[in-house]
Amino acid sequence: MVNEKDIVEIVSKQAKVEADAVKSETRLADLDLQSIDIVELVFAIEEKFDIEVPYAPSDQNAAGISFKTVGDIINAVNDLVAKQHPEKAG
Amino acid sequence: MNRVVITGLGVVSPLGNSVTEMAATLKSGRSAIGPLTNISTEGLLIKIGAEVRGFDPAAHFTDKQLPILDRCSQLALVAARQAVAQSGLGFRNGLGARTATILGSGVGGMNTLDESFHRIYAEGSKRAHPFTVPKLMISAPMSHITIEHGLTGPSFTVASACASATHAVGVAFQMVRSGAVDVAVTGGTEAVFTFGAIKGWEALRVMASETCRPFSKSRSGMVLGEGAAIFVLENRERALARGAAIVAEVAGCGMSSDAADIVLPSVDGAISAMTACLADAGLAPEDVDYINAHGTGTAANDVTETKAIHAAFGLHAKKVAVSSTKSMHGHALGAAGAIELAATVIAMREGFVPPTANYAEPDPECDLDYVPNEARPAEIRAAISNSFAFGGHNAVIAVRR
Repeated sequence: MVNEKDIVEIVSKQAKVEADAVKSETRLADLDLQSIDIVELVFAIEEKFDIEVPYAPSDQNAAGISFKTVGDIINAVNDLVAKQHPEKAG
Repeated sequence: MNRVVITGLGVVSPLGNSVTEMAATLKSGRSAIGPLTNISTEGLLIKIGAEVRGFDPAAHFTDKQLPILDRCSQLALVAARQAVAQSGLGFRNGLGARTATILGSGVGGMNTLDESFHRIYAEGSKRAHPFTVPKLMISAPMSHITIEHGLTGPSFTVASACASATHAVGVAFQMVRSGAVDVAVTGGTEAVFTFGAIKGWEALRVMASETCRPFSKSRSGMVLGEGAAIFVLENRERALARGAAIVAEVAGCGMSSDAADIVLPSVDGAISAMTACLADAGLAPEDVDYINAHGTGTAANDVTETKAIHAAFGLHAKKVAVSSTKSMHGHALGAAGAIELAATVIAMREGFVPPTANYAEPDPECDLDYVPNEARPAEIRAAISNSFAFGGHNAVIAVRR
């Protein structure tokens, strides 16, 4: 499992808010994150966890990933780490 | 104010390396998007693009010229030769001083930059090649055109990302119209198929992995292209007096800035540019038979542009033919506006509307006539070409027969 605190920290840093203002159920829209901010957020997550996140907001029929809440990000990162780094999962 | 006409046009593009070839491809509706062949795609997520094919630099330049010409300069110089040849103008008789040279480019010599930095950072080379700087500067293609043709009038390069070439042609048009110069050599060039540049585009998450499907429900983003298109603009009186063949008239241009977001387009900015262009050209919406859309194939652009066309054209929006030729030649960034204006002028000359290729199914939010997949015979009296760039810089050019 990934450390949720790491993700909360990345999100709070991107949104320029205190870490305790970011909960699993917090909606990204409520953090005033614009599309380019979310792209940067995904980049930070990829760098932190050494994963590829198939995030493609320009894809109308995105088979990839979309995020509404911080919890969505945590779940997605857990899945992607398990798939891309099976040795770290568990 | 002077009227301004096009008396020369040259293209080196994924749709062909001459106006004749490009006209045939536009008519056929064939997309030039395919697997990248000029670079290795190992390690890249994006493996497709619209490349200029069959372009042999050695056929156009001497061994002495080649080392100092980045690909973006090579493409521009060859397109400029075609345009100047068609115009029938010579510039070394005094006309050079009355001629402006204004090009647009997004980033300039990307191949040179990429290769040079790779040598230094990756290969541990101690020194860069001495031509690195003069090859990579964004103004180099324009410089070489002035040198080759003896163009001693005002000269500069415009950078406004994906609207660069349209801004360049717009400013050139205004200079000829005002009488500041009699002739302008203008257009745009871009060549960004390098590993480093594509990595940058991948990271932005706006790229399609399959193909470019502007205005389709199943669109998945943009596809890069490359190329150059160059125009010779001329004072109409002057062109008529010397009996020059007139390709089309540049009727007007409109420019605006969103002043909002560095990547997301705004409806209002696009409306302002189109409305300003129509007013500048003295055209009513009903006079326009074709809109060459910016049409990148991203979720954001295509809906925004559709809304803006509705607002700018009112009831006529549903009647006017709108297509994105990026579906065929990809997004050539700083050269896009020039290649698309070339497509618009060719369509007007040859009496057809180029299609939006790869169109799959309608999107309820994109409800205009996008001329899906097949070119359509049509008499185009007047047309506009839209460019809406990152940064929110909008430029629109109107042409008429």
